[in-house]
Amino acid sequence: MNAMRTIRANHRRQYFQRMKSSWQQYTLILPAIAAVFLFHYIPIYGVQIAFKDFRNLIGIRGSEWIGLNHFQKFIEYPMFWSILKNTVVISLYSIATFPCSLIFALMINELKNGMFKNTVQMLTYAPHFVSTVVVASMVMLFLNRESGVINHVLSAFGAQRQDFMGVPEYFSSIYVWSGVWQELGWGTIIYLAALSSISPEMIESAKIDGASRLKIVRYINLPSIMPTVITLLILRTGSLLSVGFEKTYLLQNSLNISSSRVISTYVYEVGLLNTQYSYSSAIGLFNNVINIAFILIVNGISKRVTQVGLW
Amino acid sequence: MKESRNDVIFSVVNKLAIFLLTLVIIYPLFFIIIASISDPYQVSLGNVLFFPKGFTLEAYRNVFEEKDIWIGYRNSLVYLLAGTSYNLLLTIPAAYVLSKKNLPLRDAISWFFFITMYFGGGLVPTYILMRDLKLLNTPWVLIVGMGVSCYNLIVTRQFFSSSIPDELYEAGKIDGANDYVMFARIALPLSKPIIAIMALYYGIGHWNSYYNALIYVQKNEFFPLQLVLRNILILNQTANSAIEYSSAMEGEALLEAARRTYMANAMKYALIFISSAPMLIAYPFVQRFFVKGVMIGSVKG
Repeated sequence: MNAMRTIRANHRRQYFQRMKSSWQQYTLILPAIAAVFLFHYIPIYGVQIAFKDFRNLIGIRGSEWIGLNHFQKFIEYPMFWSILKNTVVISLYSIATFPCSLIFALMINELKNGMFKNTVQMLTYAPHFVSTVVVASMVMLFLNRESGVINHVLSAFGAQRQDFMGVPEYFSSIYVWSGVWQELGWGTIIYLAALSSISPEMIESAKIDGASRLKIVRYINLPSIMPTVITLLILRTGSLLSVGFEKTYLLQNSLNISSSRVISTYVYEVGLLNTQYSYSSAIGLFNNVINIAFILIVNGISKRVTQVGLW
Repeated sequence: MKESRNDVIFSVVNKLAIFLLTLVIIYPLFFIIIASISDPYQVSLGNVLFFPKGFTLEAYRNVFEEKDIWIGYRNSLVYLLAGTSYNLLLTIPAAYVLSKKNLPLRDAISWFFFITMYFGGGLVPTYILMRDLKLLNTPWVLIVGMGVSCYNLIVTRQFFSSSIPDELYEAGKIDGANDYVMFARIALPLSKPIIAIMALYYGIGHWNSYYNALIYVQKNEFFPLQLVLRNILILNQTANSAIEYSSAMEGEALLEAARRTYMANAMKYALIFISSAPMLIAYPFVQRFFVKGVMIGSVKG
């Protein structure tokens, strides 16, 4: 027993010794720690206003605790289910388009290296670099009832012109498919990197055994990159309740609001436009906690079933 | 080995599908360009689909006259340069330190950063902090506010630990170099690619973001380009498009109003092109850096 204790004490002393001798390294990382502490951790401390009746004049610490009132208020709010539904619908819809990049990557991988492949990659990556504001305004210009190019094409084929942005039912499709347009090419990079590490011998020997190219894609390429696919899918599923604020807010208008009001835009509406600080923080926290629970559950299931997890 | 008939068919179909898909993806960007240099009337009639018609640069001339756009352009450039330098000064040394495997407390510090990817204070607590720090309505909030992106930190750390062999540091130690010297003389000279990648990642983040400005900045003089764009493209706040149709209008006035609406749309196309031009011009040259960044990040470490 005593011997154990001495060994442990020795270890601890060595550890402190190592820490001491690494002080220069700590000073190199200190600015980053300080910045993250200031801009990330202090707001986390401020999250307590979700449980308080926050008054500007009294400040965060002085305001009165009121428990879960704000959470209750949100759940009992008549629009609660509609907001939650919109968020989940848009999110599930975009998760459903998750395989698009994967399929596109498998297709590109079948191309021989050369001009054509390079050009395809360069052109399809480009939309990733277009800003959200520009994407949203492109969507609005193209879908415009009178002057939009899509309506021109529709009416050329004899179909009715439509005010796409004004119909709530179209909102999720517009949101999701403009996202697919932006990320389809860019999303292939990570799969192509994984595909490039498959050993050529394996593919050669499958060819000698008479496997067709489609079979090679199906039985060698796809299974080899499954760990990457699953990791990305976990990450994607983990953000089920976080439909991004930026694009949603830009595409939102008074006509489609019934299906475009999601949690993140509601947090903004309530918090900054109506200055109900505590209530808005409660909704944000509610959202964040569910997201974390979700990613832990998905990660746990995935580890059990496929032995692949984030950590 | 001779390819079987099925494989040849597969190859042709695959190539054709990719070709069509690429056309569909690039068409919207192509359309923006041709629409911006065409006669606005022809565009709104739908006569411009594949080629510009009635070539004119009037839309560009009108855009150049909008003062807000140039202020936004200048502001965004300042935020980009100052913000990116600040981000790099924080990220590169931190990633270097985290790449040292036998650093005491390394895991704890990693988690300190890692947690911020999943949990944060959210909109209002961050807003209150910025207000208390007196950063609202100042350019500083857009420069300093972004700090360190945990994802970028992980990518950079991955680069350091996979591409700089420990032996180099060992050798440095034997020569009596301290950690500052090792960082500046060994790690930095070997990390030019990752610095370029990070500069691009952070830079594009600054150039394209409107969220922080929307929330923290109300003064026009500090608006970044994206916020100016939003006001013009999404909210239609320009002198040009302010005139709407009204039933009382007749003849000349109606024509004039219609002409202005067409011009407002043409200006939008021109503006989209102008605002994205720096990126689209630089893009073919820097594309490989971006791709490399994703590749480094994809190795789990």
